[in-house]
Amino acid sequence: MSASALTISGVDKFYGPIDRGVHAVKQLTMEIARGEIVALLGSSGCGKTSTLRMIAGFEEVSRGEIAVAGRKVHTLAPVKRNVAMAFEGYSLYPPLTVRENMAFALKAARLSKSDVDAKVASIAKLLEIEDILERYPSSISGGQQQRASLGRALIREADLHLLDEPMGQLEPQLRAVLRGRIKHFIKERGLTAILVTHDQTEANALADRIAVMEGGVLQQFDTPDMIKRRPANLFTGTFVGEPPMNVFEAFVGTTAGKISLKLPDGLSLDYDKDAFSGPVRDQLLARERVVIGVRPYAVRRSKDGVPATVSANQWLGDQTHIAADFAGGSLVLVEHDRTRLELGAPIKVSIDPKNLHVFDQADGKAISHGMELA
Amino acid sequence: MEHTSLLERILRGAALTLVVIFFMFPIAWIFMMSFQTNETILRIPPQLIFEPTLANYTALITGKLVTAAGTLDIAFMRNLWNSVFLSVTSVAVSLLLGVPAAYAFARHKFRGSEDIAFTLLSFRFAPALLVLLPLTLYFQKLGLANTYIGLIWVYQLICLPLILWIVRGYFEDIPADIEYAYRIGGHSWFATFRKIALPLAGPGIAAAGLLAFIFAWNNFVFALVLASADKQPVTVGALAFITSSGIQYGQISAAIVLSITPTLALALYAQRYLVEGLSLGAVKG
Repeated sequence: MSASALTISGVDKFYGPIDRGVHAVKQLTMEIARGEIVALLGSSGCGKTSTLRMIAGFEEVSRGEIAVAGRKVHTLAPVKRNVAMAFEGYSLYPPLTVRENMAFALKAARLSKSDVDAKVASIAKLLEIEDILERYPSSISGGQQQRASLGRALIREADLHLLDEPMGQLEPQLRAVLRGRIKHFIKERGLTAILVTHDQTEANALADRIAVMEGGVLQQFDTPDMIKRRPANLFTGTFVGEPPMNVFEAFVGTTAGKISLKLPDGLSLDYDKDAFSGPVRDQLLARERVVIGVRPYAVRRSKDGVPATVSANQWLGDQTHIAADFAGGSLVLVEHDRTRLELGAPIKVSIDPKNLHVFDQADGKAISHGMELA
Repeated sequence: MEHTSLLERILRGAALTLVVIFFMFPIAWIFMMSFQTNETILRIPPQLIFEPTLANYTALITGKLVTAAGTLDIAFMRNLWNSVFLSVTSVAVSLLLGVPAAYAFARHKFRGSEDIAFTLLSFRFAPALLVLLPLTLYFQKLGLANTYIGLIWVYQLICLPLILWIVRGYFEDIPADIEYAYRIGGHSWFATFRKIALPLAGPGIAAAGLLAFIFAWNNFVFALVLASADKQPVTVGALAFITSSGIQYGQISAAIVLSITPTLALALYAQRYLVEGLSLGAVKG
C-alpha cells in the first residue's frame, strides 16, 4: 500500500486540440497523503474544477498521469477509480428521495439494508437533514439539496472524496457548524478529501494544506499558516488574506546609511540598514525595483510615519477597516479598536520591516518575508 | 390569480370562441358530411338539417362501394391497417435508432458531430418529389419497391430527423453532472443512459415519438409512388373515392373521420407532452 492517496504528475488539460486549445491546467504536479484534507483555492476559471474533474474521470487528461492510492487511473472510467464526489450543482437524482439518493451508491455496492440505514442515519444527523430524508430534491431548498449531495458523497467508502464547492449555498451560521463537524468526520474516518472552493475561510478552516491556483498554474501548495505568512508570490500574497495585502512598487535606494524604498508621489519608507537581516538586505540592495507588500493588520499609525489621507472608514463590529489614499494608490489598514477618523483626515502610517513582504518586480516571486528570505 | 374585469373575460371568451370555430369548422363539417349521402352534401345552399345515414361507414367497413355506376371494391380497412402498421413500425425503428443517436450527439462532441446531425436534419429540407424518382429506381433494383420494409425505410426520412433533434435538445437539458454522479457512484455509462438519461428525457421522447407518428401517418407521396394498393396507407387509399361516376364525398368524409381518429386520440391524450416537447426540446439551439 502506498502512503500517497493521490499523485498528480505533470498534468496538462487542454479544452480543444492539445497544444492549440484552451490550456486550462498547466503542468500540475502534486501529491496528497492518505488522510489529508486539501483545498484547491482560486478564482473562477483558475483550473481548480478542471483538476477535480480530471481526478474524477469526467474530463480527459491531455498529458500527464494521475494515480489514486498508487493505482494509475487517468485512463480508467469514473466507475473504476473508487472516488466519491459532491457536485457543485448538487446533481441529485430527481425521481429519488433524499434517503434514496444517499443510499444509492451503497446499494450498488451491495451493503445490507441495516448497514445502509445506519449509515444514512448517521450522515443525516451530521448534516442536519434527518427531517427531509423522505422528501424529493425538487421540494427542498438549495441549502438542503447541497447537504444531501454532500451526504451522498461522504457516505461512501472511497479512496478519495472530491467535494466541489461543498458549502457554497449554506447559511453562514450553519456553514461554521458544519465545517467543524465535517472536518471531524473526515479525520475520524481517516478519509482523504479534496475540496474545491473560492472561499478562503472555508479552505483555512477545513484544509490541512491549500493549493492556490491561478491561470491553470499551481501557485503554492502549503499549510494555511505558511500560505499566509510566506506567500510564494505576489498572486498568493494578494489572493489569500482578507482584506487583501497592500502592495506597492518601490525603487530601492540608499541615503545616509539608510535603505529607502521610494514609492510614487515622492514618498519613501526609510529603514536603518540594521533593520533588515543580512541576507534580506543583500537581496534588496541587489535590486533596483521591487514590489513590497504588507498585510492590512500590520500597518500602524504613528507620528513619525509616512503621510496618507483617509478615504474610507468602516467599523465592522469587532475591527475598523480604514482605507487611505497613499502613494498614488490605496492602502488598507485594520485596527482592533473603534477608530473615528473623518474622511479626508491626514494620518501617518509606518510599516515594521518585520512585516514587510518583498517580491520580485519582474516575475512576482517572493524575495523575503520579514527577516527571512523566501 | 390575476384579477380581470367582466368585460375582459367576455372579450377573451369571444376571441377564444372565434378561434375554436375557425379551427374546428372543417373538422365538424367533415364529421357532418360523413353522415350524409352525396346528394345531400352537394345541395346548394348547404343545409345543417339532414337525415343522418350510416351508409358511408358501412361501405367502408364492408369494402363495397355502391355508386350509380355499380359496385366497387375498396380496400379502406386494409389501408387503415397499413397506416397503423407503417406508422407504428416506422416510429418504433426511429426511436430505437434516434434516441441513442440523440444522446450521443448531446453528450459526446466529436469531430464532425454537428455536421452529421445537420445532414440528418437536411433530409427534411429536400423536396420529397426530388428524392422519389431516383429512389423508385433504386428500390426496383433492390426489390424494395412495394414492400413494407422499403416503406418503413423511407419513412425514416420523416421520423428520424424529427426524433433526433427534439430528443437531443432534451438530453442537453439534463445536467451532465447528474449522470456523472451516477457514474461515479459505480455505474457504467450504459446503465446511466438507461436509468438516468432515458427517464429524465421521457416527456421529450414521448412528444417526439408522437409528432413523428403524426407526420408518418399523414404522409402521402412516398406511399403513393413506392407502394401499390395492398401496401398503401389511408392517405393514398382515399384516392379510390374519386371514381368514374364522381367524387364520393360522403365516403371520403367517413374515411377521414376514421383515419384521423387514432392520431387525434393520441394527440389529445398526450397534448401536454406535445406542447412541452415542442416548446422545450426543439427551441433549444
